Amino acid sequence: MIPAAFDYHAPTSISEAAGLLASLEDAKILSGGQSLIPLMKLRLATPRHVVDINGIPGLAYVVESAGYLRIGGLTRESHLEESPLVRERHPLLHDTCRVIADPLVRNLATVGGNLAHADPANDHPATMLALGAQVVAAGTRGERVIPVASFFTGPFATALAPDEIVVEVRVPVPPPLSGGAYLKVERKVGDFATAAVAVQLTLADRGVCERAGIGLTNVGLTPIKAERAEAALIGRRPDDKAILEAARLAAEAARPSDDLRGPAEYKRDLIRVLTARALRRALERATAGR
Amino acid sequence: MHIHLTVNGQLHEADVEPRLLLVHLIRDVLRLTGTHIGCDTTHCGACTVLLDGRPVKSCTVFAVQARGRHVTTVEGLEQDGQLHPLQEAFMAEHGLQCGYCTPGMLMTGYAFLKEHPRPTEEEIRWAISGNLCRCTGYVNIVKSIQHAAAALAAPRPAGASQGGA
Repeated sequence: MIPAAFDYHAPTSISEAAGLLASLEDAKILSGGQSLIPLMKLRLATPRHVVDINGIPGLAYVVESAGYLRIGGLTRESHLEESPLVRERHPLLHDTCRVIADPLVRNLATVGGNLAHADPANDHPATMLALGAQVVAAGTRGERVIPVASFFTGPFATALAPDEIVVEVRVPVPPPLSGGAYLKVERKVGDFATAAVAVQLTLADRGVCERAGIGLTNVGLTPIKAERAEAALIGRRPDDKAILEAARLAAEAARPSDDLRGPAEYKRDLIRVLTARALRRALERATAGR
Repeated sequence: MHIHLTVNGQLHEADVEPRLLLVHLIRDVLRLTGTHIGCDTTHCGACTVLLDGRPVKSCTVFAVQARGRHVTTVEGLEQDGQLHPLQEAFMAEHGLQCGYCTPGMLMTGYAFLKEHPRPTEEEIRWAISGNLCRCTGYVNIVKSIQHAAAALAAPRPAGASQGGA
């Protein structure tokens, strides 16, 4: 399959890229290309201009500083997967990047692209919602920080302006007694989730849940933050009763539809079961070593 | 667009349309037909090549993205007329039936063994999870990669050529 013809641009700085995006009609950003190129081959996307940002230096990194895990927008999923920092201190993120597509795709796919593409079936959106992450966008008017909870505005739509690029994703470093987990049901490696749940918990010293983040993948037109399920946990001891109640509320927040991956009711029930399992795993991790 | 790239250690240049996919540059322009096109939809991994040493699906990369970079295809595994130990292992363990997925399996396996010289079976299965074999030959493919890991770890006879690993 051959994509439609386009003009290719390869800026070498963020400002040059933003300038191109601001001035060109019908331009798409090429990051990892693992969603864009298949869409172009199927002619579901036929941009007139492709702005390849891979030549911009300094956008691939995974570091902790000033209370945040900072992930450069061009960081490959495989880089995240291999990062000891992510494996040891950010288990929810580690769980997530290991189940995105397949290992070959992860060698090119980027964290910034996974979010900016805003496919409700992508895995990072739910995880970043659960983590309370921030997206740093750079455009012709400089940089701004967008809380991920207001980043996804519709199916494949984000709060990014046409000239803006995701240059960094910031994840708050979890306090002690925190744990997270991502559980995904997929038909095979490389498939999108039939349903998946991201959970991040922080316990207070006396064992009460202080913070809860729950994100849902591919059960609606956008990634979903299960806010009522989160609220049901906060201030409570996360015992079986609280977990099952949160799982029920997460399933209520899901808006799945029937498709080849299964009927809506099956997916809704998957959310219930996966939420309970993810909460239990997150708790184990939060209390490990105590 | 005029591009330069290194393929299997040899510098090439070509005039390409930006929409030309890397796999088509490799097969149709450079005439290296060892790299196969399978699904053409980023699923099967038959078109896997190494881009600066990392395995990627060449049906999902534009040729212009490879400019100034190093590409390794299955033709690059053989050195001085000697098959790479991984290729020998696929023969020894019957790691292929129809052979369609084989170039991709070899490239993924080759890059994997460089990073994981003593892999577990689980690690091998994880590594090749983006490469599909429709002859259901995974058991023998895993055995082949294990065989190659052992061969590469064994002390080499003096003077023997060691291929690219």
